[in-house]
Amino acid sequence: MAFFLQMVLSGILLGCVYSLVAIGFVIIYKSSGVINFAQGHLLAFGALVLWTFIGALGFPLLVGGLLTILLTAFLGVIIEYLTIRPMTGQPLMAVIVMTIGLAAFLTSLMPCLFGATEKAYPHIFPKGGLQIGPLIISYEYLFSFITALVMVAIFLYFFHRTKLGLLMRAVADGHDCARSCGVKVGIIFRWTWAIAAVSAMIGGYLLGSIENVSPSMTSIGLRVFPVVILGGLNSITGCIIAGPIVGVLELLAIGYGDPIVRGGSGDVMPYIIILLTLIFRPYGIFGEEEIERI
Amino acid sequence: MDVSRPCGVFNITYSIDMAIVRTKSHWACLIGCIILSFLIPPFLSIHWLSWVIETSIVIVAVLGLYFVTGLCGQISLGQAGFMAIGAYSTVILMGPIGFSYWLALPISALITGMVALFFGIPSLRVKGFYLAMATLSSQFLIMWLLTHPPFDRWTGGDDGLTTPAPTMQGIVFDSYQSWFFVVMIFMWLMIYFAKNIGRTRVGRAFVAIRDSDLAAEVLGINIFGYKLISFFLAGIYAGIAGSLFAPFIIRIAPANFNLERSIWFLGMLIVGGTGSVVGAILGVVFIRLLLQLTTIFGPSINPIPIVGPLLANYLGGLVFGLAVIFFLIFEPRGLNHRWLIFKAWYRLHPFSY
Repeated sequence: MAFFLQMVLSGILLGCVYSLVAIGFVIIYKSSGVINFAQGHLLAFGALVLWTFIGALGFPLLVGGLLTILLTAFLGVIIEYLTIRPMTGQPLMAVIVMTIGLAAFLTSLMPCLFGATEKAYPHIFPKGGLQIGPLIISYEYLFSFITALVMVAIFLYFFHRTKLGLLMRAVADGHDCARSCGVKVGIIFRWTWAIAAVSAMIGGYLLGSIENVSPSMTSIGLRVFPVVILGGLNSITGCIIAGPIVGVLELLAIGYGDPIVRGGSGDVMPYIIILLTLIFRPYGIFGEEEIERI
Repeated sequence: MDVSRPCGVFNITYSIDMAIVRTKSHWACLIGCIILSFLIPPFLSIHWLSWVIETSIVIVAVLGLYFVTGLCGQISLGQAGFMAIGAYSTVILMGPIGFSYWLALPISALITGMVALFFGIPSLRVKGFYLAMATLSSQFLIMWLLTHPPFDRWTGGDDGLTTPAPTMQGIVFDSYQSWFFVVMIFMWLMIYFAKNIGRTRVGRAFVAIRDSDLAAEVLGINIFGYKLISFFLAGIYAGIAGSLFAPFIIRIAPANFNLERSIWFLGMLIVGGTGSVVGAILGVVFIRLLLQLTTIFGPSINPIPIVGPLLANYLGGLVFGLAVIFFLIFEPRGLNHRWLIFKAWYRLHPFSY
């Protein structure tokens, strides 16, 4: 029982980080209708840039973090400007394939820039963790959980209380309406990509501080897909709830499945979630059902 | 002005109108091309021979993707997984069960078709991105099932399987030189079928669904049925590609069929131009030539300090990603469009109007 609870607890903590990364994905989808297959690559890229600053160059976390936020936001804007902007008006499939091509490019670019080896952030937490009854929460998990929660809260505040957030929601509702009200849609797209890149990078830092940092983190980034599919593609609330669900199911699969099937069940669980969701509730728990017969 | 047919050729009858090959010179080119493709092995080094064989096999796999993505407009990210099913079932049918290769090939193609059909079922309710997700999941699920219990007893887990050499009437196909001919025959057959299936009622229904699924439904096309047919065809092609791949690579392992491969297949189709057989072939040849160039020129950038060795390793992926991005921005209709422009120029020459 303690094992089960431990898995559930760790899963929830881990899942909050997934939620954070998925929010970046959802805001891109909501505002511009672009499916970003490279979200996991933005995550790994951000994590590696941060490692370069605080690991290789020895900057303090705060300075390195701020520099990385600026750099990844810039990267998001560049990606939007160079690859997504020219695709305006093209069919959905072309845009999806574009982000897939981008992902392929970044996959190869990252080992060139940062090396293919696994790296670790400097340890800022003591070993061990918080003891609650029979359960142990390591400080890394706790830190990730709290940071992810804070970031999600900041994003929610940003979307609902600031002017830029309002403009973003206007663009998400409809480009033409937003434009006729004087919103510069192109600039909003740029902001969207910058924010998505930053949310991915913070998620990358949190996941990197739990395990380690390497270009192969992109496969962890694929976890955003079950989260957004389960939560509903256009729902931020759905993201926040689906993240912990995916995290818990993944850790339960690792805990109970791996001894039976010799490993790897944690990697395949997210895809089983995707398939089951698609078969039984294609638009997710909170997604708007598009009324269209296909 | 219509430049789709050469000067002086008129569509007098329906059969002439429908013909793929219209003129004597067209026939001569085609037959010459086919004969030439069978004559090249003696002139190639073993390295380039294996390149040609693998390219032909990839052409078959990408032609499967041509049905489901090019004609029917459904993104599939699971073609390499389906190819794995074809390869593994061929080897298992030949090894423990003891079928001959020539029986194992069609059976494994059918098995792959059935598996693809199963993973096409989500297309009943979802499309676009959701379907891409479903096929992505199928890729991971297939590769996981192949390497984990209970199936790893037959598939050898991560180590893979060794393919017995196919035999026919005492001829043992155990070298590149001999296997080349089998692959070539199948490649031309598959191109022939793909070209013609694209022109049938089924192919036209695919195109209707791709262009507007609502309009297709109104026209009375059974959308779900045809989507499943497209997945089935993609599976058959992937299965045959897998079956041809197994005796070529001899030792099949899960690493041969990972997600990266699926993405490469999709990228090849995009670069060539979706929705045409010529495009699929051109795309495969173009990307694989680029890849070959990067392996040739990779060592020359090795001496550059720090980035050189790493860059050399990952040059292929970089070039591939860039190629896909550039083609989508500057030539979304792919190499096939360039080929059509060239043909139009050739037919109009020397008058450019």
